[in-house]
Amino acid sequence: MIARYKRMWMVGGIVAGVGLAAWLATNAFRENVMFFFDPSQIVAGEAPPDKRFRLGGMVAKGSVEKTSGTLDVHFLVTDFRHTVPVSYSGILPDLFREGQGVVAHGRMNGGTFVADEILAKHDEKYMPPEVAKSLKDNPPPPEAATGT
Amino acid sequence: MIPELGQFALVLALLLSAAQAVFGLVGAHRGDARWMAVVRPAVAGQFVLVSFAMGVLIHAFVTFDFSVLYVASNSNSALPTFYRVSALWGAHEGSLLLWVWILASWTLAVAALSRNLPAGFASRVMGILGIVSLGFLLFTLYTSNPFTRLFPPAADGRDLNPVLQDPALAIHPPLLYMGYVGFAVAFAFACAAMLEGKLDQTWARWTRPWTTLAWCFLSVGIALGSWWAYYELGWGGYWFWDPVENASFMPWLVGTALIHSLAVTEKRGLFKSWTLLLAILAFSLSLLGTFLVRSGVLVSVHSFAADPARGFFILVFLVIMILGALILYAWRAPLLKSPAGFDGGSREAFLLYNNIALVLAALVVFIGTLAPLVNDALGLQAISVGPGWFSKSFPYLALALVVLVSVGIHSAWKRGRVGESGRRLIIGAVAALVIGLGFTLSVYGPGQWLSLVGVVFGCWVIVSSLFDPIDRWRRKLTLSRAVLGMTIAHMGFGVCVIAVSTVEAYTVERDVALAPGETVALGDYAYRFESLEPVEGPNYDGVRAKITVLRDGLAVSEIFPEKRNYWVQRSTMTEAGIDTRWNMDLFAALGEDLGANRWSFRAQLRPLINYVWLAAGLMALGGALAISDRRYRSRQQAASAAAHDTAAEAT
Repeated sequence: MIARYKRMWMVGGIVAGVGLAAWLATNAFRENVMFFFDPSQIVAGEAPPDKRFRLGGMVAKGSVEKTSGTLDVHFLVTDFRHTVPVSYSGILPDLFREGQGVVAHGRMNGGTFVADEILAKHDEKYMPPEVAKSLKDNPPPPEAATGT
Repeated sequence: MIPELGQFALVLALLLSAAQAVFGLVGAHRGDARWMAVVRPAVAGQFVLVSFAMGVLIHAFVTFDFSVLYVASNSNSALPTFYRVSALWGAHEGSLLLWVWILASWTLAVAALSRNLPAGFASRVMGILGIVSLGFLLFTLYTSNPFTRLFPPAADGRDLNPVLQDPALAIHPPLLYMGYVGFAVAFAFACAAMLEGKLDQTWARWTRPWTTLAWCFLSVGIALGSWWAYYELGWGGYWFWDPVENASFMPWLVGTALIHSLAVTEKRGLFKSWTLLLAILAFSLSLLGTFLVRSGVLVSVHSFAADPARGFFILVFLVIMILGALILYAWRAPLLKSPAGFDGGSREAFLLYNNIALVLAALVVFIGTLAPLVNDALGLQAISVGPGWFSKSFPYLALALVVLVSVGIHSAWKRGRVGESGRRLIIGAVAALVIGLGFTLSVYGPGQWLSLVGVVFGCWVIVSSLFDPIDRWRRKLTLSRAVLGMTIAHMGFGVCVIAVSTVEAYTVERDVALAPGETVALGDYAYRFESLEPVEGPNYDGVRAKITVLRDGLAVSEIFPEKRNYWVQRSTMTEAGIDTRWNMDLFAALGEDLGANRWSFRAQLRPLINYVWLAAGLMALGGALAISDRRYRSRQQAASAAAHDTAAEAT
């Protein structure tokens, strides 16, 4: 009888432990998942106003403005249909260039995406998969693709 | 002409690998000694042929044969000789050839050292390895031939990716692959045991050194990659939970569980099916790692190659291997009964809990790494999992593991209660508390509570692992290399926990804009940007900043971060300036010219970061010592091991 109680306690403990762990894990996961949006989705108002997310697209040519002597930089991210202004204060990755793909982490503030992280990609031809997919799913009008 | 010979050699190797698989497996099944006699020559021949192919490709690199597409894409006439050789595995095709060559080498070692194993069993092991080799050779020849010609030949090569032009990264892939592929041997041993339907303690004794060796290589390989990311990517930090890093970490975690589970299987004949499952998992995760890195499906800092056809091939291969092994497992594992039971406080039990913690840790990494892919495959919205997922769950699993090691290390096989080692537990915990708190508070001052707990727990592991060796030494008992190795590896784990806890809590980092003469305060230190001067290397030019590090107004060090422009690929690289001191790294990375005479800098203090890599080295050293233990070296393994097989022998 005592052995059976002991076993019941053990099983109950394990179930409770696993349940607690699963609950904590689900919460941690939900908090740390970031969704991806392209400029068109942001312009359409699909992006969350108060949550961090990933923005991806191409850095519009001729749009990068640096404030001389500071770490502040502004540029436009485009998917050749819509553009979103991005502001960032920090060190840009080595391969950040105009006309190249970019992924930024941050949140919207007014109409501007305030980035806290710009992803570094160490390949000249690199195109973030999400950006590539976004451009493939919604191909830009041909005249736009040559330059914005 | 010569490159074609390399390709021809690979085709022949493919045929031999097929022969190795068929004659090995069917021969063993029929018990036909003449069939099995084919296997070892096939293994040797395959090794010679793949080595020849490697030699051909190295020759093409060293002689600048830009008519070979792979050489033209990954080398350049200005590339230093050392990197011309390491450029061989600088991209997909060559690194795959390296994979195959390492597999051929492991198989050759198995062929040479398995002569005292039962013929049928050895033959099955090599047969399974033949299947793996067959798959990878097919993959190489079918999707990623490194000998493909370029017509007309390029005038000059497009150069090796500059991030790879670094000594640590030159040897990182071979070591990592030694680990990955080494788990293929454990996998083959597991499959052979399942095919025979027989798994005993002798089997575990054969499998253990191979598995531990693979694990050692993987440990060093991962640490080198992490070290490289630290000084070469210029972000500071040792781990970014990047998918490619995770891809190598998962097999390591499961491999760690496997070597501990194998210990139980060898000593007590328990956990048989669990050990088999872990062996399958470890190798599957190694394959998955190859798949993740090579298919380009991941958003990552260093997934260089991207080609869906390759990814698809690896995926199919992965499914065949894993499903095949799991079906075999479902069919055969129930035959392998474990004879004896054990108490909840025994060493077996603690190793079981440790296995659960390690596998859970691997699961956490797995979920975080693959959730974006699964989401994508299901056509859901693209997501990514932030580092918070890992950094929130990992410390608790690691601390649980620490407790299990520190308490479990005092337990005895078969029977035992925690209370029996009460005195040691109390002494160990008190010593750890005093040392840990004393060290951290005096050197770094108060920080976050979790990091203090981490440091104390890390000290606890180290103190706990020292009890047994000291006890043996005082009683003038022999200290076998197995015990010594285990002690060192566990101390490595403790060092790792201390280092990670400290660097996470006491890092100071600032991104700043500085003009020459300006100073930025950083904790107790200050960095003064002195000057900028041009530098030129064999295939790059750039600038080097001089930073004086001040403490209390006195100059204590100088560091020289660089920014390099590699000519051929016109890419910019960061070369961090680091001064390593015993208690912290002074780190600075040079950003870019911000105008107005200012440059951006990443300025960081990273306490104990080097000890993270040192810890990996200690673990590998421990593993290597354990492998060199007498009972594995002996010719009459079974006999001498039986004599050694005392309950006191603690591995």
